[in-house]
Amino acid sequence: MAATWDEVSEGMEIPTLKKNCSTQQLVVWAAGSGDFYQIHYDKEFAQNNKLKDIIVHGALKNAFLGQLLHDWVGRNGKIQSFGCSYRAMDYPNEDILCRGIVTKKYEADGRKLVDLEIWTENPQGQKTTPGTATVVFN
Amino acid sequence: MSEADKFELISQEMLDAIGKKSSPTKLEVDKLQIRLFARAVGHTDPIYYDEEEAKKAGYRSLPCPPGYLGTPIWDPSKAAASAAGPAGRGGPQPKKPLNRVLNGGTVIEYFDDICAGDTLTSQSYLADVVESPSASLGLLLISTNKTEYTNQNGKVVAVTTGTSIRY
Repeated sequence: MAATWDEVSEGMEIPTLKKNCSTQQLVVWAAGSGDFYQIHYDKEFAQNNKLKDIIVHGALKNAFLGQLLHDWVGRNGKIQSFGCSYRAMDYPNEDILCRGIVTKKYEADGRKLVDLEIWTENPQGQKTTPGTATVVFN
Repeated sequence: MSEADKFELISQEMLDAIGKKSSPTKLEVDKLQIRLFARAVGHTDPIYYDEEEAKKAGYRSLPCPPGYLGTPIWDPSKAAASAAGPAGRGGPQPKKPLNRVLNGGTVIEYFDDICAGDTLTSQSYLADVVESPSASLGLLLISTNKTEYTNQNGKVVAVTTGTSIRY
């Protein structure tokens, strides 16, 4: 169920979105995003670049956070801004938990706004792409 | 004494580039790419796949999923030979050559809906450049780049802010 303005409160956690990228998903993303850098689908190439394995695209994790927010507000709102920092790498076939916490609920210029802290988390509990977002409710 | 004298890495050429917009890039927003992008992310909302559902939700056509801002028109006679790699190496160079670049992060701000059928024009500029010491990588050069996306009606519909870290 999509969130409603009335039920949003500061400090609440929004529903977690769980991802786990197959190598196939990374190839679909390469085509979808136009990022054909080989460290994301060619293991030998990645290892020759001092990586232990192919890595998940940072922009894909950013897009996962976009889905986290979109699925949360549904038809009741829209994303006004969102973004993240790329702090650590994620790998295929490992869970990536996309999470968010409401940090501020307020009205400005007649708009109903909610700020959030958002992040992806690896199986060790490390925040690999922390960020922030603002969504506007209808 | 020039303004750049107080920096170890930041060159006068970089300072002079701040705020200067690049030549424009044309991007198309189309249904096939929206569906592919949404599928790649794993979106389940039908507004990204079914035009009728998108219209029911108040959009002109399929809306862009978060993170998708159109596709530049690829032309082999104009494209660089290499596959897309990390951004941040182009443009004015620092005083000392820096070979490594990290994509520090991205923020997207939206000012209106972007839907299939739109054509966007993007222009980028260097917004800021700073030096920052680090424990393990030495002195870092952190550049903030902004890109403005303007639609076919002349409205700025999105601005992205990207951070690249060079060392």
